[in-house]
Amino acid sequence: MLSTTEGYMTPDGRQIGGVVMEMKNITLKFGGVTAIEDISFDIHEGEIRAIIGPNGAGKSSMLNVISGFYIPQQGEVFFRGAKRAQLKPFEVARQGIARTFQNIALFEGMSVLDNVMTGRLTHMKAGIISQSLWRGPAEREETENREICERVIDFLEIQSIRKTPVSRLPYGLKKRVELARALASEPKLLLLDEPMAGMNVEEKEDMSRFILDVNDEFGTTIALIEHDMGVVMDLSDRVVVMDYGKKIGDGTPNEVRNNQAVIDAYLGVSHD
Amino acid sequence: MPEQLFFTIEVILNGLMAGVLYSLVALGFVLIYKASGIFNYAQGVMALFAAMTLVGIMEGRIPFAHLINAILGTKIHHFGWHVNAVLALILTMGVMLLLAWLVQKVIFKHLVNQEGIILFMATIGLAYFLEGVGDLMWGGDIKMLDVGIPQGLNLWIDETTYNMFDYGFFIDNLDIYATVIAAILVFVLVGFSQYTKQGRAMRAVADDHQAALSVGVSLNFIWIMVWTLAGFVALVAGIVWGTKSGVQFSLSLIALKALPVLMLGGFTSIPGAIVGGLIIGVGEKLFEFAVGPLIGGATENWFAYVLALLFLVFRPQGLFGEKIIERV
Repeated sequence: MLSTTEGYMTPDGRQIGGVVMEMKNITLKFGGVTAIEDISFDIHEGEIRAIIGPNGAGKSSMLNVISGFYIPQQGEVFFRGAKRAQLKPFEVARQGIARTFQNIALFEGMSVLDNVMTGRLTHMKAGIISQSLWRGPAEREETENREICERVIDFLEIQSIRKTPVSRLPYGLKKRVELARALASEPKLLLLDEPMAGMNVEEKEDMSRFILDVNDEFGTTIALIEHDMGVVMDLSDRVVVMDYGKKIGDGTPNEVRNNQAVIDAYLGVSHD
Repeated sequence: MPEQLFFTIEVILNGLMAGVLYSLVALGFVLIYKASGIFNYAQGVMALFAAMTLVGIMEGRIPFAHLINAILGTKIHHFGWHVNAVLALILTMGVMLLLAWLVQKVIFKHLVNQEGIILFMATIGLAYFLEGVGDLMWGGDIKMLDVGIPQGLNLWIDETTYNMFDYGFFIDNLDIYATVIAAILVFVLVGFSQYTKQGRAMRAVADDHQAALSVGVSLNFIWIMVWTLAGFVALVAGIVWGTKSGVQFSLSLIALKALPVLMLGGFTSIPGAIVGGLIIGVGEKLFEFAVGPLIGGATENWFAYVLALLFLVFRPQGLFGEKIIERV
């Protein structure tokens, strides 16, 4: 099992750091259905790690295990060198793991800016009195947080819709706002659940560019789920392939592309 | 003729101030409904319970005295001291906080993601339970509540208006204080939800649970907070109504008056609760004044509900509620 703590060099010359998150022998069951069966893999600091697989392979379940929405029956999760206790989703978020959702979970009633600002909630420490009076640490904190949000908004090119209520935005932009909210929390690990789902070609290209830029500019470690092979192969440094809850491949895009089990899972194979 | 006009104005003013009291109760409903989707039937009983606790602490009553006496054969009733109103108020707030924590811990923690009607049923249970516990704790007698809010005709207004218009306005001091208190409360609540971290988290939870979790908001914490806030609002409502008409069972029925207010204002809007309360307050006083004599009076008992019914037919989301549009 690959479990080196040292980093590695990508083909395009980026230095990848040590292991930031490690999943060890994760098994997740819903009643009699095994969604994930004994899967182990790791995520290195600064890399773009993809989890791919056909529909129903257990990719989203895996992401939900990482973000604390599901609790696996077996297995251990190591985050930044320490074994992680059973945490609730909000506690995972407070540890610095931000995520987006496949079906978009934004605060529809709030403006784009307010949505992005909620990403800073875990970083706000000022007391309630100070906040209410709008003096001292609270004022400074709000200004700082606001600056970080504005930087993210600029970066993702959504300045023009800052004040727009999210419910009025088209799908593609909503996805981008969700990414902005996750980024605003300055995550140590960013989880993207099908960031390209339901997008047209142009939107997909935009999103790919943003993901690459985020990784490049902020050095953010990203784990993403996709079932569109083409997109993933261009984007990611290493890929985990799942099928029917099992891991059937793990490696660089090239290694995975030539893996017979992966080809079978994607193209189908007659079992005789 | 001017006399008639002045009297109308006086009726409207009194209506506005009665409306403020309705708004106070409605606010408690809105807070909880917005953040957790629970329609809290127990809001009225919470006001009663809060007022009872306040009186009990102020008068130095021993909680559960009857129960203790019945079991141990003792005859204790009072500690024999009186507690200062401000201190008693703080202690009562502590009790409401404890209640909020218990409600979340014992009931609603186990009902997450249940249907609205199930949550509603749970609050009916809570209402009866709380009513019983309140009686058991502090006794079922009618209690007088006096935290120092002056009552009765405001002489200054009466004299001034009499000198100016030759017509003295009858305005109750308690109503004036209630209006000021309600205004401050609303101001604080809006400020809290708009400008603090906890307020932002509260709005986030109200909007989307999953998303709130993913940005590090503890739903449990927010729900306890919201129930606590609703408890404080209930306390304020309980103080004002209790001062007006004594602390007794009928206090819990003010919740019924809040229902039409919510129909008008919408279940999710804080400004809606205010405006709804004012409209109902003024509406029922004016209606009683103008139409009441023609049809035998007592219209105040039903006017609010009929108005609510009309709203249900023609504008079900209320004046300020979010329009329900389902995309297909």
